[in-house]
Amino acid sequence: MALSGIQIYKLLPQTNCKECGFPTCLAFAMKLAAKQVELGACPYVSEASKKQLAESAAPPIRLVTLKADGSEVKVGNEVVMYRHEKTFYNKPGLFLRVRASDPDLAKKVAQADAYKVNYVGMDFTLNGYAIEADGDLASAVKAVREVTKRPLILISNDAAALDSSLSLLAGETALIYAASESNYESLAEVAKKHKAVLAVKADTLDALADLTQKIQAKGAEDMVLDLGGKNLGDWLMRSTQVRRLALKNFRPLGYPVIFFAAQNGVEKEAVYAAHAIAKYAGFVVIDTFAPEMIYPLLVLRENLYTDPQKPIQVQPGVYEINSPKPESPVLVTTNFSITYFAVANEVEGSGLPAWLVVTDAEGMSVLTAWAAGKFDAERIAKAIKGFNVADKVSRKRLVLPGHVAVLSGEVEEELPGWEVRVGPREAVDLPAFMKQALN
Amino acid sequence: MPIEIPKDKWLGSIRTVTIGATSAEGGTRAKTVTVGGGTTMPYLHFKAPTPNKPAIAIEIKSRKPTDWSPLLAEVWGEAMADPAQWAKKAEEAGADLIVLALTVEDSPEDAVKAVKSVLGATGLPLIVWGPGQAEKDNELLVPVSEATKGEKLVLGICEDKNYRTIVATAMANGHLVQARAPMDVNLSKQLNILISDMGMPKDRILMDPTTGALGYGMEYGYSVMERLRLAALQGDAMTQFPMIVTPGFEAWKTKEAKVGEGVPEAWGDWKARAVNWETLTALALVESGADILVLRHPESVKRVKDTIEELITA
Repeated sequence: MALSGIQIYKLLPQTNCKECGFPTCLAFAMKLAAKQVELGACPYVSEASKKQLAESAAPPIRLVTLKADGSEVKVGNEVVMYRHEKTFYNKPGLFLRVRASDPDLAKKVAQADAYKVNYVGMDFTLNGYAIEADGDLASAVKAVREVTKRPLILISNDAAALDSSLSLLAGETALIYAASESNYESLAEVAKKHKAVLAVKADTLDALADLTQKIQAKGAEDMVLDLGGKNLGDWLMRSTQVRRLALKNFRPLGYPVIFFAAQNGVEKEAVYAAHAIAKYAGFVVIDTFAPEMIYPLLVLRENLYTDPQKPIQVQPGVYEINSPKPESPVLVTTNFSITYFAVANEVEGSGLPAWLVVTDAEGMSVLTAWAAGKFDAERIAKAIKGFNVADKVSRKRLVLPGHVAVLSGEVEEELPGWEVRVGPREAVDLPAFMKQALN
Repeated sequence: MPIEIPKDKWLGSIRTVTIGATSAEGGTRAKTVTVGGGTTMPYLHFKAPTPNKPAIAIEIKSRKPTDWSPLLAEVWGEAMADPAQWAKKAEEAGADLIVLALTVEDSPEDAVKAVKSVLGATGLPLIVWGPGQAEKDNELLVPVSEATKGEKLVLGICEDKNYRTIVATAMANGHLVQARAPMDVNLSKQLNILISDMGMPKDRILMDPTTGALGYGMEYGYSVMERLRLAALQGDAMTQFPMIVTPGFEAWKTKEAKVGEGVPEAWGDWKARAVNWETLTALALVESGADILVLRHPESVKRVKDTIEELITA
């Protein structure tokens, strides 16, 4: 748990020497608590205090990074139970499990690796692959490494096989799955030797906490937890308990969690994966490469890991809806994603073609942006000119959102030659408006 | 080493609300549905069991919808033209409740007839929505409410700009109301206060926080629901109503669910994607505290019900 300014003050020399740049030790302590300065600015702090302060500053859930030559996945470092309390920071890695025994292994991974889907201007992919060692692990790792540059999870209980396979992945950080009470000593050795992350598995949280401590004593620091659990409800409780304990600085369970989505059958895979994404998993492993499942999962992850303080913004620009022609109308709105979606969806659903100009209103909705001066005649005119909308249309006809009807006169002044119309206030009324008023 | 699990100490709980009335209770329903009563964040049974599991409602319309996805037309078929038949099929598909959405084309007589035919076709409790235009809602819901006195229907949808008439008729005829506010904790609270102030008993209000679809603002609704639930547990009486959400309506509006052609290949198989869109939107809302989920596709219904079963039997 982070220390308060007063608690930090007690660990400082309390001499008010001012060498840190602050008038008193208390002022410095307050800045430290707010994480606005580094402890290093104090020349006289004792080693014991340093150690205590460093421990209190360590994240409650360890940051674990899997690395390969081409990409990395960071998970952990979360600080809240509910996203509105701050935000969820590091999106869970979505990994596809493949089998070493599969004759089409390389082909399958290559196909999955090429997968890319665009969501509001962002490209999403899978994050890596988990190789099940039901055949020769080392040759599978070689085959997979030839077709992907993403991080790997190696699933095996065989320390020797893991050792030789990890030797093929020099310079990378892979994840070993999984150490249990019976094999943790040998797997911890391998993890330590190759600087790999070690997944740890036990039937109860008590046993799991014991095991992570024993592994830590062996010198392996980076771990992830497999919580077990017989179904979704059982897992939800374990996952919630682990997050709560970790946030209360219970170090033995302060690690990210790994979850296998197909554990109770592939027909439940999508729901299981979604559940894990919503409820605190750090790594989610799926068995099926199905774009119709992966796309909604990636969108769900993006939604829940969006900072609630910073709404998703849409790239300002001209969006073509239903293949507009030069005579189609130009609609204007702001770049708040929900506003954009509401408008774009309605227009799209109407089947009528239109040019949708999205202005940079700093991610605010129409009314909010108008009130804040981020959506005025000047900005609208700037967008129309900046995106060269006049070159796309034969009939210069512009539709303003009904909420900013008051701007129509000014927009006409700013954009000579344009016919400015006032549309409905709500997006839901756009199709009717377009049918009746724009023909 | 035994770990001590940190448990929250909550003062408040969600109100228990029962929909529908059997003949013994002055209605004609074969069974009733009870939701709410939760005393923890959803499904945390190490604190307390979930007293009532979330219920699934299937949405049908009084007239064959023209703007629904062909995938939905495919599963419901001819039944879509007849609310009674449609309601029966919905019951077979596993619905705990029926939502009957009236349309602007309905006259008050049509509306009453449609509601009565659905009540005759199925023994499930019923939620009736007006078409969503204030005047028309009132024109249709008042006669429906009067013609079904004592059935304990849920009438909706009350919004801040139009709630008085619906609440008044629901109060007079022993029904419940659905109170919708646009994704905002305070607006939800405010509408609940206004409705309670009219004298509506608190065990006859369902709150609808409004939720977007996956990819279309769902995260706002998700967090608003978590905040409402937390406020309720902290003892805020005006947030302690069970939540009804409409993931079917939201998800089937999206391009991902609606459109099969001319979309990116990376979206995958249309039907599976559409059902996933509805199911995952619903799942997220189950996690954040939904008590009634209104769905449209029978496959989503099955998957969401199975999920709920797992969540409550941990």
